[in-house]
Amino acid sequence: MSTPTESPHSAAPADAQAPPRGEPVSGRADAVAGKPPGMAATVAALLRKELLVEPRTLESVPGMSLFALTTFVVFHFALNRNSVDGDLAAGILWVTLLFAAILGVNRLFVADADQGGFDGFLLAPVDRGAMLVAKALALLAYLVVLELVAVPAFALLLLGPSLPNALPSLFGVLALGDVGVAAIGTLVAALAVRTRARDLLGPLLALPLLVPIVIGGARATSPLFATHATAPAARWLLTLGLYDLVFGLIAYALFDFLLED
Amino acid sequence: MAALELEGLARHYGEREALSDVSLSLGAGQTLVVFGGNGAGKTTLLRILATLLRPHAGSARVLGSRLPDEAWAVRGRIGLLGHEPLLYRELTARENLRFHARLHGVAEERVEQLLEIVAMTGRVNEPLRTLSRGMVQRVAVARAVLHDPELLLLDEPRANLDPAAIELVDPLIGATSGHTRVISSHDPSGGLAEADLVLGLRAGRPALLRAAGDVDPAEITELYR
Repeated sequence: MSTPTESPHSAAPADAQAPPRGEPVSGRADAVAGKPPGMAATVAALLRKELLVEPRTLESVPGMSLFALTTFVVFHFALNRNSVDGDLAAGILWVTLLFAAILGVNRLFVADADQGGFDGFLLAPVDRGAMLVAKALALLAYLVVLELVAVPAFALLLLGPSLPNALPSLFGVLALGDVGVAAIGTLVAALAVRTRARDLLGPLLALPLLVPIVIGGARATSPLFATHATAPAARWLLTLGLYDLVFGLIAYALFDFLLED
Repeated sequence: MAALELEGLARHYGEREALSDVSLSLGAGQTLVVFGGNGAGKTTLLRILATLLRPHAGSARVLGSRLPDEAWAVRGRIGLLGHEPLLYRELTARENLRFHARLHGVAEERVEQLLEIVAMTGRVNEPLRTLSRGMVQRVAVARAVLHDPELLLLDEPRANLDPAAIELVDPLIGATSGHTRVISSHDPSGGLAEADLVLGLRAGRPALLRAAGDVDPAEITELYR
């Protein structure tokens, strides 16, 4: 056996032995790679890919929406009530949205992990935080579509008080909740997807972290679903906003490490 | 300056030693061919060089940058063609290559040029999941060279390719491409013909390291026994 030190390639200056690089052959461009893309361009590329893949696989949004609809039907019969309002209505809506969101969180990185998307991304000269932002935006988009389906269905199947009056404030509260779910969901999904028990680990990690969002969201929504609707309490909106900010920063700080070997 | 300088490189997975005590130097424009049976450590070596795995011992300098601390400096200068094509099955060949082109800051004209070279223009708008493995491998070759990397890491690059397809991709990843290459191969005669330097691995350890001209094909066959 030759030892490494016996190799003529390691004994002599490498350049001295290297054959000259050939003339550009067919397929090689003189200056192919331009400037590495910036954060916005990378996020746009990743997000575009996400929004191309999801409508073709239908892996996330239809499942999330169907789950929410089915859960409302189950509540309808389990509670044996034609209508709910106040705290109960807000609780049912937020818990249902939370569990539906978990389905999307669980699928968020599966294609990347199974089809080598992580490696392809890691080989590129780009800011890794771009993947967090793009995935969180994709999840946010899925949540908005989910709510466009789920909220009218909830109003139809369970909600007593009229929905249209509550809608503008409700979408504000939902948007605050969605941002937190997207940040935490993306972080947890990235952590879980590289483990063997990813389908179990994702929900187990996500649920405790998402509880404050459900509490804040339900408390803020409850006055909107009262018989005599009032505005959501500012402190719950503030709580949601602060939680979004804190977990957005934590996710951005940790995400790079999650992609490392 | 050497394109690759490895000194005592090692990597383990839990208790199992996947790669151990690999030391070599490879000049720019040269080709290192790595032989070894399944599980010998070839893919682990390629993934370390691609910055996708951290070495657990020893040092690795790739294109002048020390890994893993300066890995950021070589990303975008390496092309990896592994067992997985690193392509999304639901996207078409064109969409996949455009996606990677955006990540590398490469103009879209380059995508069309490569699709033509690998003769994929006829099925360019079909999802990858509908294509044969050979076709997917052709697209994967195009992806690996999309940004004209200085260093090509090729894990059995001709797997799944028929002779005509091999001819198609040869200008991109073959000896005439001019890239510095590290190739993992199971083909003693074909691999030797391409190599400047040969590394034979057995259970993660170097069992052979010599200039290609000094290697007998029988020595490579011996690695698999």
